[in-house]
Amino acid sequence: MRKRAQFDHVSLAFDTLKGRLNVVEDVSYDIHDGDFIAVIGPSGCGKTTMMSMLAGFQKPTTGKVLFDGRPVEGPGPERGVIFQEYGVFPWLTVRQNIGFGLTLKANHVPAAERDAICDHYLELMGLADFANSYPKHLSGGMRQRLAIARAYAVKPQFLLMDEPFGALDAQTRANMQNLLLRVLATEGKTVMLITHSVEEAIYLASRIVVVTARPARIKEIIEVPFPYPRDETIQERPEFGELRSHIRQLVMDEYRAQQAQMRPVSFSE
Amino acid sequence: MDGAGVRRFLLGLAPWVGAVLLWYGVRWSGFVNASLIPAPHQVAAKFFELLTRENLLLDVFVSTRRVFLGVLLGILAAVPVGFLLGWYRPARTFADPMINFFRALPPIALIPLVIVYFGVDEVAKLVILFYAAFFSGVIVMYEGVSQITPLYIRVAQTLGASQIEIFRKVIIPLTVPHILTALRVALGVAWATLVASELIAAQRGLGAMIQNASTYFLLDVIYVGIICIGLIALIMDMILRKISARLLVWQERAVA
Ligand SMILES: Nc1ncnc2c1ncn2[C@@H]1O[C@H](COP(=O)(O)OP(=O)(O)O)[C@@H](O)[C@H]1O
Ligand SMILES: [Mg+2]
Repeated sequence: MRKRAQFDHVSLAFDTLKGRLNVVEDVSYDIHDGDFIAVIGPSGCGKTTMMSMLAGFQKPTTGKVLFDGRPVEGPGPERGVIFQEYGVFPWLTVRQNIGFGLTLKANHVPAAERDAICDHYLELMGLADFANSYPKHLSGGMRQRLAIARAYAVKPQFLLMDEPFGALDAQTRANMQNLLLRVLATEGKTVMLITHSVEEAIYLASRIVVVTARPARIKEIIEVPFPYPRDETIQERPEFGELRSHIRQLVMDEYRAQQAQMRPVSFSE
Repeated sequence: MDGAGVRRFLLGLAPWVGAVLLWYGVRWSGFVNASLIPAPHQVAAKFFELLTRENLLLDVFVSTRRVFLGVLLGILAAVPVGFLLGWYRPARTFADPMINFFRALPPIALIPLVIVYFGVDEVAKLVILFYAAFFSGVIVMYEGVSQITPLYIRVAQTLGASQIEIFRKVIIPLTVPHILTALRVALGVAWATLVASELIAAQRGLGAMIQNASTYFLLDVIYVGIICIGLIALIMDMILRKISARLLVWQERAVA
């Protein structure tokens, strides 16, 4: 399999008012074509920062982040990003939001095809009734689905998703996960997904990267043994349960480590 | 008009009726020398007299045109300048103290200098109004633009937007609300500055009318002038608010 993305001894530190803050430390792993990587770790540990280096918004302090063999210089449409804060454009209607990427020169979508693509994703995400509404009329979950639709619409080969299903209720979340699996099966994308749900990571990913409390280092990389296509029945399998307890344990350890880190800070404030 | 419409109209009318009643009340209470407070009906009569004999509409027109031009030019300059200051932090650090220095100067204090440099013609009045509109508008613009989150730009970049597309499709829509707010603030400030600008040897205009009247102690004319300025400013603001509501339907709340 061809390497799409590589983290090569990547570290990143922010210069803050309180001094240097190490956020990512000596992270190395490869993402191959067709991989589905889930990154899991306590919140505030540096997952978003790690992803934003691959998205092209942040440069590593040391080490290299490569995409298709070249250092990442900036963002680009071949790497679709679904942001944790959604970033739906409030001044555009739902339909215009989905169509935004299609109207950009870089994506070469003929005007005649845009409507059909928008219709398709409106339907797929259950937003058809709100096609001409502004985002202010949408619930949090609908905004999140809109952000997902907008990113899917330009059909990026590589998807970076930052806790994309976090704000959804359990049912919608399951629907979105299954939808993502279907989209991947037909369009063969490569995905890097940040999540704080262990079940979601196992259900969706081919490989799970567990990271430590800040600074984010790789704690363990776990291969998920279930072949695609997957469906919800795998969640009943004993291997699923074993994997879940193992990863939960890792995540809990890091969560505790993080709490221990935070305590002196909260005293001094 | 439906029931709710009538209610809203009455509710909007009530404070005006109240103000007129209060005005009569103060006059009749005897606490103030009645000759110092012309009655509302006397002012109304004066209004019609000025309208028919003295061509009050010309004053209204001249003043409105001055304010309009001053604000138009002031905002045309304030938008790009405020935008640059809001967008590029270094530019802001560089220009911020300067702008606040000039903004703090009352335009009236500049009048002698304006007369020296620009004479006493229309240009001089425009310069004063431009000054007032520019500095109030520029502040609103840059405060607003500097609060635009980079998130939307990042989203557009990941969807493949070029620099020009980002400017056209993201930055402009995000800037429009601030331009409209700057316009409203500048209009308010410009009307407030009008009388000062018309201190410069103006023949006509509401500010000139008020000043001439004060020389001859014509209190009713002063009242007419003040009320005219207030009303025109109010109407302009209402029109601008309508336009804002139309352009900014997408906002969580209408601009304040
Ligand atoms: N631009 C920045 N400047 C300074 N500190 C930052 C910046 N971005 C993130 N951080 C800090 O880095 C840490 C990791 O943030 P983030 O990557 O968003 O965590 P996660 O996504 O895992 O919750 C946090 O403590 C956050 O406050
Ligand atoms: Mg995050």
